[in-house]
Amino acid sequence: MVKYHEEPLSRTFGALVDETRRKILVRLEREGSVSISELAEPFAMTLPGILKHLDVLTQAGLISRTKEGRTVTVQLRASPLKGALEWLRRYERFWSPRLDKLTAYAEREERKASKPR
Amino acid sequence: MTSMTLVRRIRARPGIVFTALTTAEGIANWWGPDAGPVLMSECDARVGGRFRLRFRMLDGTEHETSGEYLEVVNPTRVVMTWEWTFGGEPDERGHVSLIEIDLRPIDIGTELTFTHAQLQTKISAEHHEWGWSGALEKLLSYLSARQDAAATR
Repeated sequence: MVKYHEEPLSRTFGALVDETRRKILVRLEREGSVSISELAEPFAMTLPGILKHLDVLTQAGLISRTKEGRTVTVQLRASPLKGALEWLRRYERFWSPRLDKLTAYAEREERKASKPR
Repeated sequence: MTSMTLVRRIRARPGIVFTALTTAEGIANWWGPDAGPVLMSECDARVGGRFRLRFRMLDGTEHETSGEYLEVVNPTRVVMTWEWTFGGEPDERGHVSLIEIDLRPIDIGTELTFTHAQLQTKISAEHHEWGWSGALEKLLSYLSARQDAAATR
């Protein structure tokens, strides 16, 4: 019902479907800024392998990179996640106000029905 | 595939809530008008019967939804299919989802449990291997909380 732009959403969900990338995001959430070599450490993965994952995350707008001297650090960018969360909750937003109104209507009907004649 | 459940405690007996949910007149009374007018409401609430509901949103767009009643137990339970036959969610087009409503008598009246399930979308179908339900929503809430925290700093 709300217009969602499917492309960025698909990029966000496409980035999140991979476990390594989810772990990277959770770590960035906890630690803030992390260098690429530190990010690669816990994974049994080559540096080019990690860089590929970081590229996917960058294209989805989920991370940004900062260069300080010779070190490149990576930070989480949370804004695309908001859109994804909203998209997941869209049916809740659709039904919740309607059920509130159903509640009010049924309560009015109950008062009418139980009014002594 | 995702699903969502909402619960409401209503100060009205189950029979009144059931009528509000399963008659065309009842539905028209709570579906609109603040959310935009109901343009058509048809409702044949018996197993195998169908409902059809056309409404206009405040943005002027028209939508129509319809479905078939699978279970009708007056006044405690209604199960029906749900599909967009006009407008609606573009990525849900052609897909049939399921609505389950249970009404339980409680001291103040009725506890209504509303579940909209089997919501399949293009995006969720593409990434079917990782269920898009609770786990994903938790992760997203957790990660996006960081942005709120950063904004208030």
